[in-house]
Amino acid sequence: MTRAATAAPPAATAPAPAGRSGGTGRPRGGNALLGLLGFAAFLLVLEAVPRLGLVSANYLPPTSEIAVALGELLGEPRFWTAVTDTLRGWFLGLAIAVALGVLVGFALGTVPVLREFTASTVEFLRPIPSVALIPLAVLLFGTDLRSVLLLVVYAAFWQVLVQVLYGVRDVDPVARDTAYTFGLGRWARIRHLLWPTALPYLLTGVRLAAAVALILAITAELIIGAPGLGNEINRAQSGGAVDSMYALIIVTGLLGVAVNVLARQLERAVLSWHPSVRAEGTR
Amino acid sequence: MAKRPSRQRSGVGRRITATLGRALWWTAAVFGLPFGLLALWWVLSADSQTFYLPPLSEILASFDDVWLRSDRLRADVLPSLLRLAAGFLLAVVVGVGLGVLIGSFRRVRAFCEPVLEFLRAVPPPVLVPVLMLFAGFGNTMKVLVVLSGCVWPILLNTVEGVRAVDEVLTETCRCYGIRGPARLWHLVVRSASPQIVTGLRQALSVGIILMVISEMFAANNGLGYTITQFQRTFAVTDMWTGILLLGLLGFLLAMLLRLFERSALRWYFGLRQSQRDDGQR
Repeated sequence: MTRAATAAPPAATAPAPAGRSGGTGRPRGGNALLGLLGFAAFLLVLEAVPRLGLVSANYLPPTSEIAVALGELLGEPRFWTAVTDTLRGWFLGLAIAVALGVLVGFALGTVPVLREFTASTVEFLRPIPSVALIPLAVLLFGTDLRSVLLLVVYAAFWQVLVQVLYGVRDVDPVARDTAYTFGLGRWARIRHLLWPTALPYLLTGVRLAAAVALILAITAELIIGAPGLGNEINRAQSGGAVDSMYALIIVTGLLGVAVNVLARQLERAVLSWHPSVRAEGTR
Repeated sequence: MAKRPSRQRSGVGRRITATLGRALWWTAAVFGLPFGLLALWWVLSADSQTFYLPPLSEILASFDDVWLRSDRLRADVLPSLLRLAAGFLLAVVVGVGLGVLIGSFRRVRAFCEPVLEFLRAVPPPVLVPVLMLFAGFGNTMKVLVVLSGCVWPILLNTVEGVRAVDEVLTETCRCYGIRGPARLWHLVVRSASPQIVTGLRQALSVGIILMVISEMFAANNGLGYTITQFQRTFAVTDMWTGILLLGLLGFLLAMLLRLFERSALRWYFGLRQSQRDDGQR
């Protein structure tokens, strides 16, 4: 009964054997070119729409004006302080969430009784939206970094925990029996059996958590007013500086892309021994 | 299915005790910790003097007054849920539609991918100020906010799912001359449905966040607005009831989606189960 419910969710858990398309060698250079074309077309449309008067330039300035605003921002120390503030909240929150997730995940995953008794609580607490905590964070910590951390850690923790729980359960039965036969102790089993099994899941969890943590860090700044990029966006909007508001939004998007790329690089580096990554390299 | 091997073969009575014991064990496992935690919260906060952490007994007592006996269920909770539903459903239509289109053609995918990667990476809440410029403060803005956040996970997961359609099935369809809408529905959407549901799950949690945030920004009704109002007027106990309600809603909506997933993906879970059993044999 419970197996169907707790079976690993369809995608996004196991490191998917990347790229199953085609089979025949596809021209990678051509794809990259098409992608560049697509991006250029996107920018062109955004430039043309306000210029042609389809949308008021007060709401959506042409791309070139946003680019100028972005250039100005890059020269301001205030902007860089905001970026560091955002990244600090993101990184600290993510680090705490990962550490907690790994500790709790392994503790719950390796002791069957604990796992059975905490399953319902995890299932109940996980879907609680972290923004529900915003009013509490405001009252308790004000616009402090701790407000940001409360939201970020709460949101990111569950991503990591759930993946670790899946991972710990995924141990290969033959490997487990082998470990028992060779008389591996508790710690040796965790080190040589559970850890390598759970690692791909953990890294998927870290990747998901990194994206969620960035969203929540910026949300906290936007709503609560903690210093950072979100707060700057709010200021730009209420000050009527529409072009620098768009420039700041683009910066958050670029940060998001950077976080995704970094997480994937980390995954690839740490899992270079794993069949899913090795198969990708030989193609 | 029973985990513990039942050694008792003698007598119905023993079997009944074993079943009862298992039922008791299961009940304890499911309800033990949640009620334990609630009890702990109740006891620890019983004579709390901290202004921000009122006793749980008080929170629960005022839950009734704040939400059930007042007009707030109709005036605040319902509009929030309707806006969430509208945005979410629109996102499903747009996301699955575009996803099938983009996923089916390799060149279209290559053309769109970088832009999509970028748009997905923009944290959805920062779009609230932008959409406020375009759509003002009304319902349209809030529905658009939910839509703009929910559409990416659905779209990208659909693309992945459509891309990975089984080649044997594709060719079988071609052999039997299945094309047009029948092919789209029975082959493409069906094959991608596990990924689509994953997208729906991610989209729902983003959607709830955005529903609340859009109301915290600018609104005159809704859950997010009410809770912020409680916080601004230092009605701490009322605020806590709002947090509990929001948590409860998040949980119920996730449950609802899971029920849908169970019935829509029954074939898929069966397939995985049989594959797993084969693998273990």
